Amino acid sequence: MSEAVGHEHHGPPSGLLRWVFTTNHKDIGTLYLVTSFLMFLIGGVMALLIRSELFQPGLQLVDPHFFNQMTTMHGLIMIFGAIMPAFVGLANWQVPLMVGAPDMALPRMNNLSFWILPFAFLLLVSTLFVSGGAPASGWTIYPPLVLQTGDAFPLLILSIHLMGLSSIMGAINIIATILNLRAPGMTLMKMPLFVWTWLITAFLLIAVMPVLAGAVTMLLTDKFFGTSFFNPAGGGDPVLYQHIFWFFGHPEVYIMILPAFGIISQILPTFSRKPLFGYTSMVYATASIAFLSFIVWAHHMFTVGMPLAGELFFMYATMLIAVPTGVKVFNWVATMWRGSLTFETPMLFAIAFVVLFTIGGFSGLMLAIVPADFQYHDTYFVVAHFHYVLVPGALFAIIGAVYYWLPKWTGHMYDEKLGQWHFWLSTIFVNVLFFPQHFVGLAGMPRRIPDYALQFTEWNQVSTVGAFGFGFSQLLFGYIVWKAIRGGQQAQDRVWEGADGLEWEVPSPAPYHTFETAPEVK
Amino acid sequence: MSTLRLRSRAGVVLAGVIGLLANGPAHAGWGALNMPEGVTPISSEVFDLHMLILWICVIIGIVVFGIMIYSIVQFRKSKGASASHFHESTAVEITWTIIPFLILVGMAIPSTATLITMEDTSDPDLTVKITGYQWKWHYDYMDQEIDFYSNLATPTEEINGRAQKDPNYLRQVDNRLVVPTNRKIRFLLTSEDVIHAWWVPDLGMKKDAIPGFVNEMWAEIEEPGVYRGQCAELCGRGHAYMPVVVEAKPPREYQQWLESRQAARSEGDPQMAKKD
Ligand code: HEM
Ligand SMILES: [Cu+2]
Ligand SMILES: [Cu+2]
Repeated sequence: MSEAVGHEHHGPPSGLLRWVFTTNHKDIGTLYLVTSFLMFLIGGVMALLIRSELFQPGLQLVDPHFFNQMTTMHGLIMIFGAIMPAFVGLANWQVPLMVGAPDMALPRMNNLSFWILPFAFLLLVSTLFVSGGAPASGWTIYPPLVLQTGDAFPLLILSIHLMGLSSIMGAINIIATILNLRAPGMTLMKMPLFVWTWLITAFLLIAVMPVLAGAVTMLLTDKFFGTSFFNPAGGGDPVLYQHIFWFFGHPEVYIMILPAFGIISQILPTFSRKPLFGYTSMVYATASIAFLSFIVWAHHMFTVGMPLAGELFFMYATMLIAVPTGVKVFNWVATMWRGSLTFETPMLFAIAFVVLFTIGGFSGLMLAIVPADFQYHDTYFVVAHFHYVLVPGALFAIIGAVYYWLPKWTGHMYDEKLGQWHFWLSTIFVNVLFFPQHFVGLAGMPRRIPDYALQFTEWNQVSTVGAFGFGFSQLLFGYIVWKAIRGGQQAQDRVWEGADGLEWEVPSPAPYHTFETAPEVK
Repeated sequence: MSTLRLRSRAGVVLAGVIGLLANGPAHAGWGALNMPEGVTPISSEVFDLHMLILWICVIIGIVVFGIMIYSIVQFRKSKGASASHFHESTAVEITWTIIPFLILVGMAIPSTATLITMEDTSDPDLTVKITGYQWKWHYDYMDQEIDFYSNLATPTEEINGRAQKDPNYLRQVDNRLVVPTNRKIRFLLTSEDVIHAWWVPDLGMKKDAIPGFVNEMWAEIEEPGVYRGQCAELCGRGHAYMPVVVEAKPPREYQQWLESRQAARSEGDPQMAKKD
């Protein structure tokens, strides 16, 4: 009897149902990552439609209302469907391996938190086909505009609720795992930075997802049940929505970057063959960024008309974030200093992250300056800012992480030559795509428009060329990962010469169950 | 043969793309790179602030990226670099916390000063109430008993590509907002439906027009001229099609315009169209 159970216990069951019923952190990690890639492709097609319409002034391809649906859906899908699930997938795979735990602390909830997502995304995407079309008010879904949405409206709200539920459960699971299942000897201050940043991110998630849920529920009751939270005719206030939304929204942007900071802090030391510089200050910097992220929300709404004292407070608080962010960048540079560097694909993506994320940080600092933000706000300059922090920022970190840990997951080295090609194509095109958006934004082009004045033509054309180049380069990424899953050079346990950490002590590929007896950390 | 045809077809496509990219000089789009300095004391202060912060960022960038590039070139394993093992230095950490903080204080001081002037809407010479609608603006000269709507004047044929686009494509209106130069103009902003934002870059700022809420901003235009902008807050299907055109006239000419407008009004022609 014990033998039969033991046997079943050591390999994955086969067939499709394996994926439906799995409670294994590695399977669930894979599910998250595959879903994320699919959503990335859907959101990417929308982005290419947007960029195609913007190739020239005038209306060529789509109706303005459909254009607005595309910008809205692109934003929602990329944030909730691509970036966030990718990080949760990486956490599922790596957190247990990095803290020496046999699995996530709450494996059945883990299954549930993943399987809610496909339904949430189905609801969201189905809005494209209902009467009135998909939501078209921007991903920020401001009232009163969002209340003009057709049949899509309740579907949108329900889908946001589901995504929030999934995120909260995922976050609880990550916290429970990190706090309870660390190997003996792994004190908090010995945890790898990826684990640290995810721990802090998970607290942010638990703090702000319910706030978003509250905001969208108030929208729902305003629309269907006669309340007037945001309706001035009934004594409500549309600006109140913006305060609630951004109280969620600003921590949300850090939810999308803190795990990326963690990844970069794993990759850079490995390929510099040198310990991370300033581990302790990295932990404190992450915690201060998380704290500050709760008191800067109104920097997204300087133009709504706030009292001078309010504007000054939010300006100073926002500028302060640059200090811990700078500390991180300096620590990364110091990690590379006098190391022994090699430039495998994960390292290339990490280096590009440091440079290009920093450019996004600079534009963030500029946006914090209220008098100048009165000019920048709601222009392509803001679009350039957040794409620099999210694409060569968050997304490059995710891609770097996949290259970094893929040999551990599959047991095969990916094709290094193709990886280098993927890196250079992505890095060149991402800049062709987003850098010119700074120019047109400063010159006066608002965001979220399908048609524009003639002086913005040239740089928009450049940007569109970059978009297609970047988009198609990502198909190469899909191919490289697929190829490594199918076969390739056998990976060693410690895949990278300079790698350090528990995940490198298990075989490659990592067996279905790892650390059934906890390792000892000195 | 088929490859040949394919190649020549690719050539045609390429020529087309280059042609499109090269039609620039007509409106100098490649030069659309930076914030305009604008035509009010505030707008040039904002421009200076923008350039100051930009240059500080550029300098910090050169230092940080310079050190990175140096490391990438100098500390390669392939060049025989061996790794040192240092990984902590409290003194260094404190330095690179304090110095950025001081730089930020240096940025905050001029920003605060400019912001205080921008928010001071007291003692205006003239007040115009601006109301946003899906998708047009309404201007109400509070003390002059004049009010009118301002609609997009670009014909649909130009939007659909069936006619040559005017140089001021999408930035022309039937009725401009006419204002005097060298007077402090206070704008009161509100909306009758969804949120809009009223923006002319040359005036140095934008503010949201929010239903149930009256926002304020001001401008003192120093040079006569026509200044163009558009709605900046997503307001639905026609968001790209609600331009703002401000015409600043010397006070005497403004006075004449005002009188002709008031006369037209008493003759019962409130929408005396004045095309761009
Ligand atoms: C130095 C750090 C940063 C500062 C000072 C900063 C500042 C700002 C400010 C002031 C805005 C509002 C601009 C406007 O609408 O007028 C903004 C927008 C935005 N930022 Fe940042 N930011 C920083 C880093 C980040 C990071 C790390 C992320 C995400 C990974 C991020 C994502 C965004 C997004 C998504 C928006 C636009 C939201 C929207 O309106 O749709 N930012 N940032
Ligand atoms: Cu923010
Ligand atoms: Cu608008």
